[in-house]
Amino acid sequence: MALAISGAGKVGLAALVALLVPIGFAQNDSRPPSNRAFSSGYKFVEMTGEELFANVCQGCHMPDATGAAGAGTYPSLVGDRNLEAGGYPITLIVNGRRGMPPFGDMMTDGQIAAVVNYVRTHFGNGYHDAVTAKDVSDARR
Amino acid sequence: MQNEPGVRRRDLLSLIGAMAGSAAMYHAMTSLGFASESTYKGPVKLQGDPKGASVLILGAGLAGMTAALELRKAGYKVQILEFNSRAGGRNWTLRGGDSFTELGGFKQTCEFEQGLYINPGPWRIPYHHRALLDYCRRLGVALEPFLQLNHNAYLHASRAFDGKPQRFRAIKADFQGQVSELLAKVTQQGKLDEAVSKEDREILLQALQSWGALDRDYKYNANLVSAEFRGYARDPGGGLGGDPLPSDPVALSDILRSRLWRYLQSFARYNFQTTMFQPVGGMDMIGKAFAREVDGLIHYNAKVTQIQQNDRGVTVSYVDATNPSAVQQATADWCVCTIPLSILSQLPIDVGGAMKNAIDAVPYAGSVKIGLQFKRRFWEEDEAIYGGISYTDLPIRQIAYPNTGFNRTGRGVLLGAYLFEGANSYEFTAMPPAERVASAVEFGAMIHPQYKSEFENGVAVAWHRVPFTLGCSGEWSDAGRAQHFRNLCQIDGRIVLAGEHASDLPAWQEGAILSSLDAIARLHDRVVRT
Repeated sequence: MALAISGAGKVGLAALVALLVPIGFAQNDSRPPSNRAFSSGYKFVEMTGEELFANVCQGCHMPDATGAAGAGTYPSLVGDRNLEAGGYPITLIVNGRRGMPPFGDMMTDGQIAAVVNYVRTHFGNGYHDAVTAKDVSDARR
Repeated sequence: MQNEPGVRRRDLLSLIGAMAGSAAMYHAMTSLGFASESTYKGPVKLQGDPKGASVLILGAGLAGMTAALELRKAGYKVQILEFNSRAGGRNWTLRGGDSFTELGGFKQTCEFEQGLYINPGPWRIPYHHRALLDYCRRLGVALEPFLQLNHNAYLHASRAFDGKPQRFRAIKADFQGQVSELLAKVTQQGKLDEAVSKEDREILLQALQSWGALDRDYKYNANLVSAEFRGYARDPGGGLGGDPLPSDPVALSDILRSRLWRYLQSFARYNFQTTMFQPVGGMDMIGKAFAREVDGLIHYNAKVTQIQQNDRGVTVSYVDATNPSAVQQATADWCVCTIPLSILSQLPIDVGGAMKNAIDAVPYAGSVKIGLQFKRRFWEEDEAIYGGISYTDLPIRQIAYPNTGFNRTGRGVLLGAYLFEGANSYEFTAMPPAERVASAVEFGAMIHPQYKSEFENGVAVAWHRVPFTLGCSGEWSDAGRAQHFRNLCQIDGRIVLAGEHASDLPAWQEGAILSSLDAIARLHDRVVRT
């Protein structure tokens, strides 16, 4: 690997070596380290909130959920008062908002509930009133 | 004369043009089968005096630079604010020595050998993208063929054929042949008699025999007829032992269950039909050619923070992107804003509710491209794949081979993954760049085992992490377009938007240019009428 990498997302050599070892790819059940999963179709195969965050949300909101800023910004989800009402992140994920894509067609009700519950109880957020798949289903109407 | 009808028709057309004007010529072109289907009608003519009016253009991508070039020519005072330290926007090429920092601070330095490159953004130009091709001609950008279709490239299904990639040539011939055989069978059984007249029946059978490479009994079999389409077990040679051997077709059921048939359309759609082009040396040759034309008009590293207007003019606030402490302002009579909606939707902007709602209504697609350098061009040396694209159901989706430098010894760069929308584009975006590259090598090795020993280095661009776009392109839904598109494109006071997001060709450079030409024509009309 002659790729020069620096900055916040520095990959440990061990992780790289592990990736370069054959991983015996079998669509959905064998995955490389660090919560990596690969979906085979349009919809996400990741099921837990942690997996969904690590494979989808952190693309923009970053692994530590602090967001990022360029010509525009991705908001930080750290200690985020907007997450107090569980319905707000549900609506955002189902419908999208401004540049943020909607994920309503790519995740099930259960997946959306799982990732909302994960974000609301991590990254300095302590909202333990879990949302349910039914909440998501209701929000789709 | 059948081979050169163009000369005589062209002479006739210029005569009609000279005699009767361009409308008559266009009508004549249409009836002679010459007219393009494009809405591009040749270089824009902005007639009338703008009387010293000024235009501030936001963004030095193809839309912004098209507007700058044409408006300056029409007599406007023009300046451009650009976020990056270079022009071109998504028209972009990465070469050895280039470094790039994505959102989150992940920095990559491209280590390709000199002369090798990838285009992280647009990489191919359809022959009917007439506006873009016209600017390439006018700006002296040399083009070469982009091979969308290579019969010797692969179609690959990870759970079919023991994971062994199949040649496009064979799958296409076998699918077409066996579908033809089925159709010939029911035709002969008289089951199509209601739909096909008796006269047409014999012609249909002949056509199926020809199109499907069927034998005299209308069967698709291993023989030298089908081999001419699907390839030989032993190619025709010279002298003794040069006799060809037919190859065995893949059974229809195996093709159906592998789902490889779904890739056949990748070469058939209008935007992917032959002939396609790429600029010689990298896609950014176009952006650089535009930038030469508008040299001196572009203010780089300018991050726009607010867009205000009143009945007298437009004021845009910006900061130096590298040192954002002091807010500066630029003013003009009019504004052409090409800032991607993913960013514009976050800025305070003085426009009416309808346009603001439209700006807020468009999500931005995810897309990832990964360039990989190898010690040698094994795809050519070992597998006789010269340019084109292999398709796979692995998360990398595509492997695209370079369409230049054919048959050379030494290093080569190929596109090791191209994700556009869908789950995989998000999954790759969520990885650190080095992990994206490592994954592309891992998956690609299932198609080309040479990856393991020949790989040297790579770069990976995930468009949601690109600081100047926050996404690949405007991802309009049909409902969103129906509700908001016209409102997005209307002139609001002194502001008009342009870019691929304001076109019916989203994610294509042609859309950016056509949108810009349409916007400045309407703006100019308003200026000269007031």
